[in-house]
Amino acid sequence: MAKEGIDLATVDAVRGLEAEKYAAGFSTDIEQEFAPKGLNEDTVRFISAKKEEPQWLLDWRLDAFARWKTMDEPTWAMVRYPAIDYQDATYYAAPKNAAKYKSLDEVDPEILETYKKLGIPLREQETLLGVEGAPRVAVDAVFDSVSVLTTFKKELAAVGVIFCSISEAVREHPELVRKYLGTVVPTTDNFFATLNSAIFSDGSFVYVPPGVRCPMELSTYFRMNAQGSGQFERTLIIIDKGGYVSYLEGCTAPMRDENQLHAAVVELVALEDAEIKYSTVQNWWPGDAEGKGGVYNFVTKRGDCRGDRAKISWTQVETGSAITWKYPSCILRGDDSSGEFYSIAITNGRQQADTGTKMIHLGRNTKSRIISKGISAGRAQNTYRGLVSIHAKAANARNFTQCDSLLIGDRCGAHTVPYVEARNASAKLEHEATTTKLSEDQLFYMRQRGIPEEEAVALLVNGFVRDVLQQLPMEFAVEAQKLVAVSLEGSVG
Amino acid sequence: MLSIENLRVSVGGAEILKGLSLVVPAGEVHAIMGPNGAGKSTLSYALTGRDGYDVCDGSATLDGADILGMAPEERAARGLFLSFQYPLEIPGVPTMSFLKAALNAQAKARGEAELPATDILRRVRARAETLRINPDLLKRPLNVGFSGGEKKRMEILQMMVLEPKLAILDETDSGLDIDALRIVADGVNALRGPDRAMLVITHYQRLLDYIRPDKVHVLVAGRIVDTGGPELALRLEKEGYDRYLAAA
Repeated sequence: MAKEGIDLATVDAVRGLEAEKYAAGFSTDIEQEFAPKGLNEDTVRFISAKKEEPQWLLDWRLDAFARWKTMDEPTWAMVRYPAIDYQDATYYAAPKNAAKYKSLDEVDPEILETYKKLGIPLREQETLLGVEGAPRVAVDAVFDSVSVLTTFKKELAAVGVIFCSISEAVREHPELVRKYLGTVVPTTDNFFATLNSAIFSDGSFVYVPPGVRCPMELSTYFRMNAQGSGQFERTLIIIDKGGYVSYLEGCTAPMRDENQLHAAVVELVALEDAEIKYSTVQNWWPGDAEGKGGVYNFVTKRGDCRGDRAKISWTQVETGSAITWKYPSCILRGDDSSGEFYSIAITNGRQQADTGTKMIHLGRNTKSRIISKGISAGRAQNTYRGLVSIHAKAANARNFTQCDSLLIGDRCGAHTVPYVEARNASAKLEHEATTTKLSEDQLFYMRQRGIPEEEAVALLVNGFVRDVLQQLPMEFAVEAQKLVAVSLEGSVG
Repeated sequence: MLSIENLRVSVGGAEILKGLSLVVPAGEVHAIMGPNGAGKSTLSYALTGRDGYDVCDGSATLDGADILGMAPEERAARGLFLSFQYPLEIPGVPTMSFLKAALNAQAKARGEAELPATDILRRVRARAETLRINPDLLKRPLNVGFSGGEKKRMEILQMMVLEPKLAILDETDSGLDIDALRIVADGVNALRGPDRAMLVITHYQRLLDYIRPDKVHVLVAGRIVDTGGPELALRLEKEGYDRYLAAA
């Protein structure tokens, strides 16, 4: 789609969504089963038993749990929230009999209706958002703590691509899971990642064999539904030598008054000459205008360019969540490997985001590129925090970083915290940063031409984030664009 | 077309327009001339509805409709256009996209069907050509990094594309060299017609050599103090505003 088409699509989206700010805010009423409230060793055993896991994985979880009990919640991020009572939550919620779904016909109609409302195709003949002519996308649908369905599995299996829930991978492909799980984000990594290791519920698993380009986009849609529960997904993606995958995750949750905890871990492994393009459109419930409710999004995402010439690219559009704490990172281990991070983080109302990336250059001739676009409106706080680290052996490493902040109104904040470490003198690092305030004068000028205020904001914001939106697969770019427009509604005046 | 009666406008608590009355009938071009600080720009902003320009008294109607209570975009949709003295830069929004958004928003507000994208494209390109605007500029974000002269041409291009009923040109001649002035004036003159009126605000008579007004008004200290034909502009050019200022 041409740039101009995208602009007009935004304007149309704003027009069409005047009433519904958070269209994903409904909840689904179905029979569910839960783990007993609270968090202890029994909770870990309960989850592991529910998933019929082998002993090694239970031991792995228990080990992580023992470690977690000795750890303190990090406080260095520029986010403020009341202390979380980890005993006052439920760590497993699943639709009754969920794990047994063999086909679409068996899935609870209420769940199907949920995904239909969200525009996510669970029938293989459907396309994303009902857009005719859009390319086919394989979907893994995770509802609270379990994956309810994965589409196109057969077609993918024909070329050797494994795409399933992580629970299924533990059962069907234990050798792969055991070889790679926790090798990018170790169980000891950080407070939230360690918590996740102990109690992770479901998530997606991808394996692309050597030399295979995955024939379609893969995506996972995470839906948090149950009240008082958190979601702790674990995703593991392994692309073997010379393979390629483009993967997208989307996230939504109902509007609830209480805060819901979401602590995910995503591990990517790219072997020699492999390429992973990982895109996120995060639209968890952000809480209301006064900051009541909303999802606490504490996520550890990391990719390991384990082989030479491997490439990992993160693109994220973060519009939701009350708090976002997230630093998708790349370990550039192989020589000539490269990492990219493209980010749009939008905070409105009372939202707080502390997000960025880490580019760890270990190999020679490694390259990284960081483009971050932060938008603050309302009373929100938005922080870019990034690390570019050039290790001693990383000769001829290159990094380009660009951090742009846009402020809408005068009660919000934008912060940029770039860390740079260079232990090799041949490194070349560039850093550019801008801060722009969307002015009343610009808005008046546009209104004088007949463009209503909200559309004017959408057009300006869209221009600001275009570089990053263009990194998304086209059908997701359109969706993300609508989100950008909608999440800034009411941000002016 | 435009009828202003006893308009009083204050900015930041200070009264700038002190009972201004003015009628511009359809088909006519009126010039407003006056010294610095007389209230020329205040008049254009009050008519277009900019925040901070408080109307304390009086009325302004466009084709009989009271415009002072309307949002700026509503006034625009009813056919009011302001060519800004200092056009704003709109980062990230290509000029062509901006014009499409404006045309479509106005059409929607008027309850009309949107123009097909190809028609818009053709219309904009044709008018850009008459203004000798480099077509590459249409792909670039509006006014970002444009020269002063390019920005002024862009204002006139927007006017020619939006085809307003009443166009206010605020100091359009400032920052234009003589060739650019002629091109801009040709654009403005091409838009003159029986269903359209224009209000040309200027310091200098120079512009009026190219855009010949039907009437010239002298604005001093927030009021229209004299009205005449084009010859009044020539006289002002020679004599200045001293005698009006002394009287005010």
